[in-house]
Amino acid sequence: MFEFIVSISLLALGGMLAIVLFPRAGMCQLAGQICAVSGSAFGLVGALHVLVTGDAVSLSGVWQMPGGSFHLEIDVLSAFFLLPIFGLSIVTGLYGRSYFAGHGGVASAASWFHLNMLTASMALVIAAHDGLLFLLASMALVIAAHDGLLFLLAWETMALSSFFLVIFDDRKAAVRHAAWTYLVAAHLGTAFLLVLFVLLGSIAASSDFAAYGAALKDHQALRSSVFLLALMGFGVKAGIVPAHVWLPEAHPVAPSHASALMSGAMIKVGIYGLVRILTLLGTPETWWGWLLIGVGALSGVLGVLFALAQHDLKRLLAYHSVENIGIILLGIGIGVLGLARGMPLLAVIGFASGFLHVLNHSIFKGLLFLGAGAVQRAVHSLELEELGGLLKRMPWTGTFFLIGAAAIVGLPPLNGFVSEFLLLYAGFLAVLQPAAAVAVAGLIVLVILGLIGGLAAACFAKAFGIVFLGSPRSAEASEAREVARPMRASMAVLALLCIAIGLGAPLAVASLAGVVAQMTGATVGTTSAELAIVARPLALAVSVFAVLIAVAALAWALRARRLAVASARRGPVWGCGYLFPSPKMQYTASSFAQPLTTQFHLLIRNRETFVPPQGYFPTASSYASDSGDPALHLLFVPTFRWFDRVVTRLNVIQHGHIHVYILYVAATLIALLIWESF
Amino acid sequence: MPAPGSFALPLCALILAPLLLGIVNRTKAVIAGRRGPPLLQPYWDIAKSLRRGAVYGEATTWLFRLGPVVGLAALVAALLVMPFGGLGAPVSFSGDMIVLVGLLALGRFATVLAALDTGSSFEGMGAAREMHFSALAEPALLLALATLARVTGSFALTPVYQSITIGAWADALPTFALVAVTLLIIALVENTRIPVDDPTTHLELTMIHEVMVLDHSGPDFGLIQYATALKLWIFGALLVGLMVPVRSGSAWFDGTAMLVGMVLLAGVIGMIESAMARYRLVYVPQFIVAAATLSAVAFIIRLV
Repeated sequence: MFEFIVSISLLALGGMLAIVLFPRAGMCQLAGQICAVSGSAFGLVGALHVLVTGDAVSLSGVWQMPGGSFHLEIDVLSAFFLLPIFGLSIVTGLYGRSYFAGHGGVASAASWFHLNMLTASMALVIAAHDGLLFLLASMALVIAAHDGLLFLLAWETMALSSFFLVIFDDRKAAVRHAAWTYLVAAHLGTAFLLVLFVLLGSIAASSDFAAYGAALKDHQALRSSVFLLALMGFGVKAGIVPAHVWLPEAHPVAPSHASALMSGAMIKVGIYGLVRILTLLGTPETWWGWLLIGVGALSGVLGVLFALAQHDLKRLLAYHSVENIGIILLGIGIGVLGLARGMPLLAVIGFASGFLHVLNHSIFKGLLFLGAGAVQRAVHSLELEELGGLLKRMPWTGTFFLIGAAAIVGLPPLNGFVSEFLLLYAGFLAVLQPAAAVAVAGLIVLVILGLIGGLAAACFAKAFGIVFLGSPRSAEASEAREVARPMRASMAVLALLCIAIGLGAPLAVASLAGVVAQMTGATVGTTSAELAIVARPLALAVSVFAVLIAVAALAWALRARRLAVASARRGPVWGCGYLFPSPKMQYTASSFAQPLTTQFHLLIRNRETFVPPQGYFPTASSYASDSGDPALHLLFVPTFRWFDRVVTRLNVIQHGHIHVYILYVAATLIALLIWESF
Repeated sequence: MPAPGSFALPLCALILAPLLLGIVNRTKAVIAGRRGPPLLQPYWDIAKSLRRGAVYGEATTWLFRLGPVVGLAALVAALLVMPFGGLGAPVSFSGDMIVLVGLLALGRFATVLAALDTGSSFEGMGAAREMHFSALAEPALLLALATLARVTGSFALTPVYQSITIGAWADALPTFALVAVTLLIIALVENTRIPVDDPTTHLELTMIHEVMVLDHSGPDFGLIQYATALKLWIFGALLVGLMVPVRSGSAWFDGTAMLVGMVLLAGVIGMIESAMARYRLVYVPQFIVAAATLSAVAFIIRLV
């Protein structure tokens, strides 16, 4: 617990120092960075300590808040979810300073008011750093909180601090819109959580998590409502379909390392909340598993389809977060199904795949967002159709991004493959069960994950291919330079982790025993034994990958030796006889995705406007496509319009006179007193 | 650890795979009334490419050179988990099906990125089509494998194929027949044969696989040609292992039966290519979804 307290204090101190030191940009950034990195390092050590020993640590204090107690506890489950938060924040802390380094210069170039803008942008940098630290501190608190009220308070801090990160670039109308969408969505989610915790608090007569669990044993009828409230409330934060609409708005507009932290760690806090409530609920119902699998399948497939239709690199990555939350929920759903049907092996492997994917996603999504940030630094654009040829100009960033892309697609021998292997393994196990319902669930998981994998491969072939390969599509892209060393180093750390977890798959899976045991309620020993069943195939799979790498090295050496003797020269690519190709004639992101977006038009509603060339000597013609998210345009926009109309009527009771409002408060109090006395 | 003898199987595949392409081409020639190239022509083609120098597009990077290497290595590694009918693979474990699917995806991803590295719109077009069709073929393949797993009670390739005996066929005739059709369609799609793609066409706009490798030359192209042969071998073994349920226990007898089956399959592919025209590209997704549906039906039959 000591490490955790030091960590939170350091993070808070860094935020304060950044504010106090704001007139001196360098000092302020340095203080922010040192505190972020050291604070997170302390936290990481503390979390690892709990994970290794398996003993929960806790801290209870007196708190002035009525009905609340200051109870922090880090058990294995909390410690596991602290790993991506602190781990990623060390890396983003390292990255952030260089990312912001020239930011003032960019703003000034864009603006006539050279000095004013420089100061303004640096002030924004400070605000962001400060917000970032608070975000970290609050995320860590949510996970350590063992008390309902404390949890909600930290949750709210998390929502607000990330709101200020989203609105970082608040001169743009689109950014302000995104930030408001985010704020509304976050509070809608919190509304469900408020009901959830009030409900739990009323049956437990306490706000402590342990009391919740005990009370739920006596109130079996409430369990399903609690589950549904948790799924909705935490689902909004995790970004499940259709409550995902804020995510692709909010994540892309924040500074890239903040996006990395939000996509890599913050949405996992939503998963943590759901999982934590599940542990309180005891043996789950079968239909919860089905619901989780359904929501996971929907989020996974729609997330990747929407991602395919995007033109902005960070928006594309944000939609992939929706997809990966879907994959995580598929794993947890299989786990819940296994628990409900009394199939411990299925439950263990399902939960293991979900948890490992939580960790893996934070690694490769963090890496990809940091890569996107590097592209933005170098080219000042994330519009896919303006990029291209960056692998030549930014070889390090390009290579790291490629590793991240291959990992998120689930290609061997990287970490994404390991968690998807576990999920497919669980799917096959379910398929072999005699019970038809379980077998169908397994088949759905297999088919959905196969489809997601194929579509994600298409999407990242597009993202990496259009951004890093071919020829530059704009002047800025052709002048791109590699980013600063600290930024490269932070990407390198994450890329190495992708490879390490991929090749050390059996070890990674074995280390999940403690946290999975907390979900299934079995002992760590039994869980380890069950995980060992899947660790052996993984060890053999890794040996196959060793052959893969060896054969690749051999083939590479062979062709290099041949080419040392034979001639190897450069020439133009085949253009069907056309001699003057230009970079504009390359395949674009839209054209690459077009077959798939057309095929799945029913689901993604890509809006296209096409003016075909006309006449014998055609002149102007144009094509534009816009990814319309049907959840937004068909569900939320009409709902909120209707809501707006209804609420406007309440304007009658709004006068802006404070004494009238005091009258309302007094009248309400009196009414409550009368109601209470009857 | 696998027995040293079991590595004979991947070795056979490495040696014999290009022969399948030779048989396909010879069949097509005979049906068209020509004499056709010699059966061993694919070997000479690969050898010739490997000997030549290479020309690289101006925009290309190391990734363009790495693509064919990874494409080939992924298939060679996949051979390690591939049984050949009743003959067990050198490495067998529960979930080796997943590794097979993963390795195929890796090889495809590498080829597609190498194509995009040229910056040529022809290759971008081929890459987009390849990703489109494979995104649909991957769930279809998993469906077929899941159905086989449910029937045989295992999800390691070697035990699955070892339990596909004549008795098992009699027991699960409709299921096996439907899965076999699925596997045939997936084999045609993944190997970009007619009716999905015409490997001998000369019009770039209609190509899928060939247009992705237009700008590869020399040793790189040799590796690609060899990988094409291996891929046909792997998908052929998946299908023929199901279609030839000869499990006598004698490695020589079973192996020979499988080889005859592979030759027959190559002949069948040659006949399909002679008898059919290529589908319009918009119909290919329907073709793949039909394959997936067949396996879904096969699975439902085995549900109760």
